[in-house]
Amino acid sequence: MAAYPGTPATEILEYASRLPEMYSEWSVNEKVSLEVCIGASLAGSRALCAMKHVGLNVASDALLTQTLIGVGGGLVIAVADDVGLSSSQNEQDSRFWGRFAHVPVLEPSDAQEAYNLTRFAFDLSEQFNTPVILRMTTRICHVKGVVTTSERRPHNSGVGFQKDPARLVMIPTNAKHRIPLMYQREERLQQYSEESELNFIKEGSDSRIGFVTSGPVYMHIQEAYPEAPILKLGMSYPVPLEKIRAFAAEVGQLVVAEEVEPILELEIKAAGVRVLGKEILPRIGELAPQVLRPAIGPLIGEAPADKPTPTQSRANVPEVKVPPPPPGSSLFPRPPTMCVACPHLGIYYCLSKIRNKSISGDIGCYTLGAGHPWNALDTTICMGASMGVALGLDKGRTDVDKEQKIIAVIGDSTFMHMGMQGLLDITYNRGNVTILLLDNRAVGMTGGQDNPGSGRDIHGEVSPRVNFAKLCEALGVKPERIHEVNPYELPTMFKALREEVKIEDTSVIITNQPCVLVDFYAAKPPLRVEDEKCTGCKNCLDVGCPAIYVTRRETVVKPNGKEKELAFVRIESSACTGCNLCPSTCGPDAIVPVENFVRR
Amino acid sequence: MSEHKITNILVAGIGGQGVMTAAEILAQTALAQGYDVKKTEVAGMAQRGGVVTSHVRFGDKVLSPAIPPGEVDILVGFEPAESLRWCSHLRPDGVAMVSTTRQEPPVVSLGLFDYPEDPVGQMRAADIHMHAFDAGAIAAGLGNFRLVNTVMLGAISEYLPFAPEILKNVILERFRKHKPKLVEINEAAFEAGRAAQATA
Ligand SMILES: Cc1ncc(C[n+]2csc(CCOP(=O)(O)OP(=O)(O)O)c2C)c(N)n1
Ligand code: SF4
Ligand code: SF4
Ligand code: SF4
Repeated sequence: MAAYPGTPATEILEYASRLPEMYSEWSVNEKVSLEVCIGASLAGSRALCAMKHVGLNVASDALLTQTLIGVGGGLVIAVADDVGLSSSQNEQDSRFWGRFAHVPVLEPSDAQEAYNLTRFAFDLSEQFNTPVILRMTTRICHVKGVVTTSERRPHNSGVGFQKDPARLVMIPTNAKHRIPLMYQREERLQQYSEESELNFIKEGSDSRIGFVTSGPVYMHIQEAYPEAPILKLGMSYPVPLEKIRAFAAEVGQLVVAEEVEPILELEIKAAGVRVLGKEILPRIGELAPQVLRPAIGPLIGEAPADKPTPTQSRANVPEVKVPPPPPGSSLFPRPPTMCVACPHLGIYYCLSKIRNKSISGDIGCYTLGAGHPWNALDTTICMGASMGVALGLDKGRTDVDKEQKIIAVIGDSTFMHMGMQGLLDITYNRGNVTILLLDNRAVGMTGGQDNPGSGRDIHGEVSPRVNFAKLCEALGVKPERIHEVNPYELPTMFKALREEVKIEDTSVIITNQPCVLVDFYAAKPPLRVEDEKCTGCKNCLDVGCPAIYVTRRETVVKPNGKEKELAFVRIESSACTGCNLCPSTCGPDAIVPVENFVRR
Repeated sequence: MSEHKITNILVAGIGGQGVMTAAEILAQTALAQGYDVKKTEVAGMAQRGGVVTSHVRFGDKVLSPAIPPGEVDILVGFEPAESLRWCSHLRPDGVAMVSTTRQEPPVVSLGLFDYPEDPVGQMRAADIHMHAFDAGAIAAGLGNFRLVNTVMLGAISEYLPFAPEILKNVILERFRKHKPKLVEINEAAFEAGRAAQATA
């Protein structure tokens, strides 16, 4: 099993890696993880790679040709869509890949089905000589439920790697012959889907509405409309159109309820079956019971609960009482923050103080630098994009941006995932970009997994640790333009940054302190604020450490008549790890160690 | 609560407070009692100070893992403002168990937003049946802030469709396995939570 972490798919490999008899690895990106699985499958082993939805974009190059060659051992791609965007840069529908690659898509609707369908996917893969996509969503991956497991069976073809260049070497002459085979396979799968028990009807006594659905929406419909008949697609591609046509004939109105895009809907409509879909259901987010009810209700004569019916609001009730907003509806937001003592804090403190800059950012904890108090990121697109975007900002600039300093911020894991190629492009094309490579020895954002920068494998065993300075040098950055700095030492950081943005060349500043989540992170005795010394200047708040909090605000009038707002602060000692970043922002030296502290 | 087939518990707080652990323990206990159980998180970047909620549902047969708004039987609020944020998800006859230990987010420290003067008062004014007490102070009094979790579980134990002792044993069993030194103090925390609920 191979994977690159990504919410909500990360836990798949984290749990699977506990099986000692199975090979598992964190790969550097999703494309590599799929390629490793392709190789393992050809070697005769069953293989699964897991990724979040955007990961399959990265791996798609491999997938779209892999589908031509077929498999040795069963090959399954588990992909998790972040329906509702709880932690992703977009919301996309991985079911499209089934169509694009002409491979079957299986969709579990709960934990038990996720288990059953994963097992089944391997058999299907081997039976039809095809990779299989197991499409899940957050509501499958981040749910725990009762699962009955069955006996584990080791699988291996026993025949080893079978050399067969006409099938495995995809040059045009060979690929040409494989394409018809792929289409034939898809036709057989179409037939299979029509007959498969994975696509079954849950009978219901109230057939005014019949639903076609897949994935967790199956559960939501049963909760909202327990009596409605449902055609549940466990294998949602190829679409069993004849089964759907027959089902449609037995219900009053057919509704297709799918997360996220109207994919089944368009295919059902193209088949000439009358169906309602995204005309009434939202195209964004989960189709939870509270979302289904107001959409479906009007079809069966139930008025949506929260809107008064027209007669009520006009004649009968002269004064419409507007219900008070529910308590808590106007509460402050609580966005995620960087951790107390995060090594990224110092960098953003410095970046927020530099003028005339454009900062291209990337994806990781440091994306939070776009928020308060730093506001120090100007773009975030996809993993690795900070590099190319920075070069583009440099090369594409017009006179108005002549003085602008172009800075890119990227994490270690993101750099190794997709950033290295971008850096090579910058050096090759002599870009004037200052790159901050934040090496915190972990994939922080997804929970602190190991990677080639941590020097440990998925089981915590020692493996070679990449040397970022040498790597950047090998990619063409001049050695004198590479600096390694401790991000807790603000003066050193400032000096390196101010110097490098002035020099018209590619420079890399590498930070070298670990994420606080890693197991070897060593907390030091905490600090506190001496109330008598604190002048309320608010400087330390610009660090953005969540351990620093305001106790009292005051507005004073300065001698020049201007008003100034003061905020007096304290440090939450039980949270502070003594990273010693904030004291250097405090002019009056009000931040001092806690004496005789005992950490529990 | 017996008239509903499904018991719905919403645990709400802030990333890092132990919301997910509390939910996990509740789910495990219900599972051991023979219920069908589903638990789900609606947390984005959970570790980093954002809003975290965990849904625990158990009964004869649980379908959708997330609790629809307005169907929460028990709200376990690890923080007063977060309790206020989620209290409208309660059933009219639901109960909120609220820790009054305030945690102001950086956006409040930076002066961009205000923290409500009296979140508990606002909930009372909205006629929400609740018990509110300072679980943080109780935990700190017992010597460890992390005990908040056990204090809160102790507090809701009287409202569950099984005996408080059953939940307590599951918690203590976890500690017996992993951190035997902490069994005694967690038992005290559980009982302190129970006592606080009874008088709050
Ligand atoms: C293609 C793709 N795969 C995975 C993810 C999920 N993801 C977001 S950030 C991140 C890694 C962040 O690690 P790093 O760059 O080291 O920064 P840190 O969070 O440690 O600061 C991952 C895996 C994603 N957004 N896109
Ligand atoms: S997880 Fe690590 S990198 Fe992410 S905010 Fe926390 S300390 Fe920083
Ligand atoms: S020393 Fe300052 S910046 Fe570092 S953890 Fe403590 S309060 Fe936060
Ligand atoms: S920087 Fe020092 S003086 Fe200024 S608010 Fe912070 S602790 Fe007080």
